[in-house]
Formats: sequence, C-alpha cells, structure tokens
Amino acid sequence: MTRKESSRNGSIGLVKTHSVTFSGADSVLHLESGNTLHPLTVAYETYGELSSEKDNAILVCHALSGDAHAAGYHTRNPREKPGWWDLMIGPGKPLDTNRYFVVCSNFLGGCKGTTGPADIDPATGRRYGLKFPFYTVKDMVKVQKWLLDYLGIEKLLAVTGGSLGGMQVLQWSISYPEKIKGAIPIAATARLSPQAIAFNEVARQAIMSDPSWNYGLYEPDMQPESGLALARMIAHITYLSEKAMLRKFSRRMINGTEPGFKLEADFQVESYLHHQGSTFVKRFDANTYLYITRAMDYFDLHQEYGNLKKAFEPCTGSFLVISFTSDWLFPPAQSQELVKALRQAGQNVSYCNIGSDQGHDAFLLPGNRLGDVLSGFLTRLEKES
Amino acid sequence: MPARDDKVRFDWQKSLPRDRELDPLILDIARPRERVLDLGCGRGELLSKLKQEKQVREQGIELNADHVADCLARGLSVIQADLEEGLHDFLGDYFDLVILNQVLLTVKTPLTLLQQALRIGQRVVVTFPNFAHWRIRLKLMFQGRLPLNQTLPYKWYETPEIRVTTIKDFQELCRELQAEILEQRFFQLNYLMHNRKISFWPNLRSTVALFCLRQNSSFAQEEILK
Repeated sequence: MTRKESSRNGSIGLVKTHSVTFSGADSVLHLESGNTLHPLTVAYETYGELSSEKDNAILVCHALSGDAHAAGYHTRNPREKPGWWDLMIGPGKPLDTNRYFVVCSNFLGGCKGTTGPADIDPATGRRYGLKFPFYTVKDMVKVQKWLLDYLGIEKLLAVTGGSLGGMQVLQWSISYPEKIKGAIPIAATARLSPQAIAFNEVARQAIMSDPSWNYGLYEPDMQPESGLALARMIAHITYLSEKAMLRKFSRRMINGTEPGFKLEADFQVESYLHHQGSTFVKRFDANTYLYITRAMDYFDLHQEYGNLKKAFEPCTGSFLVISFTSDWLFPPAQSQELVKALRQAGQNVSYCNIGSDQGHDAFLLPGNRLGDVLSGFLTRLEKES
Repeated sequence: MPARDDKVRFDWQKSLPRDRELDPLILDIARPRERVLDLGCGRGELLSKLKQEKQVREQGIELNADHVADCLARGLSVIQADLEEGLHDFLGDYFDLVILNQVLLTVKTPLTLLQQALRIGQRVVVTFPNFAHWRIRLKLMFQGRLPLNQTLPYKWYETPEIRVTTIKDFQELCRELQAEILEQRFFQLNYLMHNRKISFWPNLRSTVALFCLRQNSSFAQEEILK
C-alpha cells in the first residue's frame, strides 16, 4: 500500500496520500442537514500492512487543522516536517506499524483532498463555497465507514483521535458499535462548552469580517488571509496553557529587553502567534474553517440521545478515555463526565488524566505518558478475543 | 510538571512490603474469570497477578496519575478517580469481588466506602493493620509512644492511614452493617516480612487482618441505597 523507506529512524519513511471517489448511483451521501452530496472523494493514507485476518486495523481521526497525512514524509526534503502524529505512528512507536495497519483520512468537508467547500461543484462547475451543505461529526464518521468498507476492513482493532478527532471516536463507538473493539477518545468531549463555542464564533467572525472573504466567493489564491490568520491565532491560544506560554516565551522581547514603544510585534509570544497565523493560511481554506467549527459546535451527544448514559448503552468495545491536566478548552471534567456515563452504561472503561502543562495540544507533543498508555491499551485489545 | 491535582499526597513506599504481603491470599480468594475491582490499585501489582493467574476481568481505581499510567501501560483496565466519589456509578453486584487492600483506613469516609463496596461487589476483601496488637499496647502503656514497625511504618504526621482500628472493632462494624463474614484470617508479619498465621487471641497477637465479607441482607441493601 505505502512505499516504506525507513531511512529516518523510527519513521515510516516516504508515504503517499491516496484518494478514492464514490461516484456510483448507490453512493449518494445523505447528510444530517437533509442535503445530499454526490460524488464524494476521500483522501487517505495507510501505514503498515493489513493482516490476513484483517484484525489489526486502527483508524486515526484527525483534529480541526489536521489531514490524512498523519505519519512519515511526502518528500525527501530534509526540512519537511513529518505527518501530524508521527510521534505516535511508525515502526516501534505506540501505533506500531510493524503490528498494526493504521488508516487516517481527511474528514468530510476538509480541504486536504476530501470533498469540501473549496472543491468544484460538478452541478455548477464552480466552487462550492457557501453552497456546500452543512455537515456534522456523524456525517464525517459515516464517510470514514465508507472508506473502511472500500478498504475491506470489517472490524477495527481501535479507533482513536484527539480533540475533534476524539469526538469522531465517540461517534464511531455509538454509530458502529459492532465495528470496533476499542475506542480511545483523547482530549475529547461529548459537547463543546459555551466558552469553546464562543471562541469558535470569534474565529468565524474574524474570517467573515475580512473583505476578501466576499461571502465565501473567493479564488483559492485570494483567500481572506488576515481573517483566517486571526482566527488561527485566537484558536492557537486556546490550545496552549498559561504555564506552557510562560515556559516557552516568558515576557521575552523580540529585540533586546527594552520596550520598543511600537504596535508591531514586540514580544516573542506575538511573533509566534503571527507565525502560526501566516503559515496556517497557506495550508487551510477559510470556508472549511467556518463549516468545521460549526460541526464541532453542533456536536452534542447529550441532546441527540436523551442523555449520555443512553448514548453509550449500545456500545460493545472497551474504552480508554484520556485527558490532560492543563487542557482548559476540553477540560478533564468533560472527559470525567464521559467516564461516568460509560460506567453507568456498564461499559468497560479506563481513564487517565495525564499530567502535562502543555494544554489541549498535549496529545500532539512529546514529554507526557500518552505513548505508554496507548501502547498498553492496544496490546491488551490484541489479546482480547 | 504535574498539575496540583496530580501531586502524590503521601509516600506509600514504606508500606509496600506490607501491602503486597497478603496478595497470595487474595489470589486464593479470587475465582477464575471473575469480575474483580481493586480499589486503590496502585501500580497494578495485585491486578496483574490476578489477571495472569486467575484470568479475572480486572478493573482498578486509583487516584495517582502516574500509577494509573503504569497500570494502563501494563494493559490493565484502570480508572483514575477518587475512591470516595465514583463508586455509586457502578450497578449493584456488578463485581464478583471488590478488594480494599490496606485502603479503608486511608480514606475520609471509610464507612461509606465499605458500604458502597458491599453494594457493588458480591464479595468484599478488606485488609488492615490491627491496632490492638500486644506490642502496640505495651509501647503505649510503658513508653507512651505510638508504634513504628513493619506494619505501621509511618510517623504520625506522614501516615497515609488517617485512622486506626482493631479486629474487634471491625467485627463489630460488620455486625452493625449485617455483613456476613465469609472468611477471616489473622497474621503476624515478622521482621523478614513473612507472615505467620494466628489462630488464638487474634486481636492481641496479630498485626494484620484479612476479612472476606458479603452483604446478605436485602434490608441492609435498601438502607445503603437510601
């Protein structure tokens, strides 16, 4: 499936993004919003080999700004950064590609190969823009299920992901309980807090008040750059913690120690945020950002299933819930609420509130015990019959 | 750096030999493939043995994040939580065996914890140090000092055990709770940490006790649920 070259230590090596288009008459995607989408292209990557029993597949769901490229490298350029979860996926790593077949796909409505607002609507020959139908986390999971069917995977050893990826994991365990042996929601929640919705709204307003946004009608090279960059800067603050910022930047100035008495970036934390914003606009579509944050806002397992305990009653697999002590965007209390409901529903659940000062983004970073915990749980799932 | 709620409140190292001493007995009490809950499971030493030797379906609850991570890395099913908060979420008689190994005297509300354990478990194993051992009595009487030995290795200001009990006091509580004592075993741990079984005058002669209890009265069951 993938071309393996382990030139870099512990790395899966060179990988390629594949894509599949569901265009048959029977593959019209019916969305929760009542709309349909057809045809549908899904971008995905796979690492490792599917066993002959097809029992070693792990689905990785990416977060808001991620994509199908979870591990390895696309080029031989030594300056290229590896996939977003290369820390966890590769030979000998917790999601050990010598043992597991790891699948990661760009979610529905994404801008990295899977059909989304930036793509051409075959009905009109123009970009979807705001004509793109609203989609939900449940719709995203449905599309992932299509992909697994296409890949011939009947049952997943595990499904995992952090943040929005963790919300997809929860939806997987409810939508297709018989299809998964283990579910690992990381830094996830059954519903966003009003505080998190507020941050999403400010980010959306930042995009929509940029004149270049033009009600979603912009050419890809004419993005509402300042709006999208601002949205990213706001969001990035919520992914860190006060302590992490203090450790990383303190109050250090960019030039020297004296205040420059100017409005341009003077503190290091400012230039860091500007950098985050300006690199983000090169790789992300503004309309996608609007839609995907909306999908997060609408995700609410309490409301959809009556209560959380009822939501988890049909589940069959084992759960490993993970939160991080310094995460204030999806705080540990929200994970503990999941654990409580799972327990009340009689599910097998493990939970660890991993000590870290890295905030919400801790699942993407080294320096905590996530790796140990993941590999222990996956090994246990393998042994369970 | 771990956040505040992750701080280890006590150093449990000193009593580790004592805490592991009765593991073989608990292994004997557990039956194959039972559903077992270890409350305050630490790094999962006992649960691992139970899983290996008795193929139990294990569940642990532990507060210390690092210990929980150790348990999970070993492939055990463990929830990080405060013992005194989360037990009421479990259904009645959900577990075949609930273990309170040297844990009951460390919590703020031992009575509630024991009642909850009796509710969610068909059988409950409780172990604790016996404060009525003759050496402790003599030391108090002649020296006016608290014990400091292999069963009670902590000074008064550092001990994770925030209260003491005796075999007789515990038996009386079992009567009050209408908990049937299925098994009771008494031991004296010697300096080599080998346990010697005590049959006569256990309250005077044993340093640690192990009880296996069952809640058999439906009346008491209802009382608990109130």
